[in-house]
Amino acid sequence: MTPAVKSSAAVQQSDVVLRYLRPHKKFPNLWCPGCGNGIVMSSLVRAIDKLGLAKDNVVLVSGIGCSSRMPVYLDFQALHTTHGRALAFATGVKFARPDLKVVVITGDGDCLSIGGNHLIHACRRNIDITTILINNYIYGMTGGQISPTTPSGSVSTTTPYGNMEKQFEACELAKGAGATFIARTTVYHTSQMDRMITEAIQHRGFSFVEVLSNCHTYYGRLNRLGQATALLRMFQEKAARGKAKSIIDEESKDMIVTGVLHRDDEKTELCDEYQKLLDSLSKGKA
Amino acid sequence: MPQADRQLMMGNTACMHGAIYAGVRFYAGYPITPSTEVAEGCARELPRIGGRFIQMEDEIASIGAVIGASVAGLKAMTATSGPGYSLMIENIGYAYMIEAPCVIVNVQRGGPSTGLPTKVSQADTMQARWGPHGDYTAIAVAPSSVAEAFTETVRAVNLSERFRTPVTILLDEVIGHMQEMVSLPEAGEYPVVDRAKPTCDPADYAPYGPTENCVNPMPAYGEGYRWYATGLTHDPRGFPTERPDEIVATLERLRHKIEDHRPEIDKVRADRMEDAEIALVSYGSVSRTALQAMMLARGAGLRVGCVQLQTVWPFPLEPLRTLLQNTRKVIVAELNMGQIVEQVERIVPDGGRVHSLLRYDGELITPHQLIDKINEVST
Repeated sequence: MTPAVKSSAAVQQSDVVLRYLRPHKKFPNLWCPGCGNGIVMSSLVRAIDKLGLAKDNVVLVSGIGCSSRMPVYLDFQALHTTHGRALAFATGVKFARPDLKVVVITGDGDCLSIGGNHLIHACRRNIDITTILINNYIYGMTGGQISPTTPSGSVSTTTPYGNMEKQFEACELAKGAGATFIARTTVYHTSQMDRMITEAIQHRGFSFVEVLSNCHTYYGRLNRLGQATALLRMFQEKAARGKAKSIIDEESKDMIVTGVLHRDDEKTELCDEYQKLLDSLSKGKA
Repeated sequence: MPQADRQLMMGNTACMHGAIYAGVRFYAGYPITPSTEVAEGCARELPRIGGRFIQMEDEIASIGAVIGASVAGLKAMTATSGPGYSLMIENIGYAYMIEAPCVIVNVQRGGPSTGLPTKVSQADTMQARWGPHGDYTAIAVAPSSVAEAFTETVRAVNLSERFRTPVTILLDEVIGHMQEMVSLPEAGEYPVVDRAKPTCDPADYAPYGPTENCVNPMPAYGEGYRWYATGLTHDPRGFPTERPDEIVATLERLRHKIEDHRPEIDKVRADRMEDAEIALVSYGSVSRTALQAMMLARGAGLRVGCVQLQTVWPFPLEPLRTLLQNTRKVIVAELNMGQIVEQVERIVPDGGRVHSLLRYDGELITPHQLIDKINEVST
């Protein structure tokens, strides 16, 4: 009995995803077998489905990289932009049309390296955009170069003798810059990911979800960490579930702190503030 | 323009009013001399009419936000100068590729690099044509007065909407900052063009399909057409492709949608060209000098005429060929080391007929410099 129940639940889940795939886009996708990007894509779909958002009101914006290819597969408005600039384009979409739900899909190189300036300013503005950072610790699309999140000592094709640089803590960066909803999860923790993305989309303000993901093709292979399942197991083992006391817990350096890391529901949102200005000016006219 | 309600206005301010007249309701920008008055005007005026203004963190973000607003459904504009225009280039290329209508004002100053922030130049003329990498056809206009800063901005917005393409307005520091008496036109006096919207079943919508005039209708977000835009070379549906036939179709459509409609885009102003033996070809602030020089030369009995390029790109080949065919000498005057003069040489068969007067010291060409040049070539 148990396996049958499980499989019908799995069918239901994939049915949800199928309802949101683009009718014209030919599969298979371009991600490597076992890539975490597909897991995040399913989670995003389940979150949007659960929230009952109309497809016409959702805009996916992405930059360049493996994860940024996601919008091509999903049946929403989609803007696949230039490297690092997704948040700049998304700011234009949202500020022009506050009625739309804007979700940015980005990777660690796209968001934190070339796009770092746009990230901190989107956080600072507290504009109502949900950013999902899929952090796989490496540049995948260009073939395995270090990113701002590649751990020190790691081997990549541009650090053949080991990475001597320090890493960005993406969530702490977002917090320091003023984001008002920050969560971290991993591709192993799909139920938690569903909840985090759902809450992030519901949050009125700039929401930031870091999803730790596996690039076994480059990061895993170059550092002899094994295949996708080995990396998923690593996420499982390192993740400390539940609400964290702080974003980086000194005692949990070898652990991954997951859950909602920061939330501020008091700070005003940019489009709301601008609407107040528009209202007051039109009243002044009347 | 009617003579009533005349007011003293700066070129950059007239540009801002022209944009609003043409329906621009979104502005994103970053401060840079000598363009900042366009942003300041938009910050003040746009919220009064329900429009939106945002100062972005840099010029890359500014043009990104403008393109985002455009695909979301608003007419959108930004203004900058050389260094900012250079930063925008990659995303302008993206706008060519996804065919997002938008307007970029470049109030030119001296370069390269930081150059001469408060001094006039026309050295970004070629950049407006060939800035982004790759093949595409660009549209750029160049006003030569405060009144034209208004009317040419209206035309630039219209062209961007009509052809689903970025359009550059090549202002220069002199036109941007000079003040002249103008009166703003009433609504309806100049045509305002809105992008065509699709009416087909969303399932059949192909944002980059082969259409008769090469320009596809473009929905706003939320209207039921959940299309996909990418800077990758794409097929008619917008999905990435590496098929040679689809690559060629996309690139050729980008070219043909402009090239096949040149009569709608070409615009030159001719003064006293009917009997002219010597033609002064110029654009932007230099066209003012040229008019003055022409009047002085005519006073001295020389048959001099003026051609002002209001459309700089695509280079108005046919109108210029016709105007210049009976001239003995052509003098191209511009504030750079020779950019448009090479285009003129391209269309005037006898290369020896074409001369240039170039200035790149941050100052305007004076009428007497042009008179000296006229004397030099006519002897």
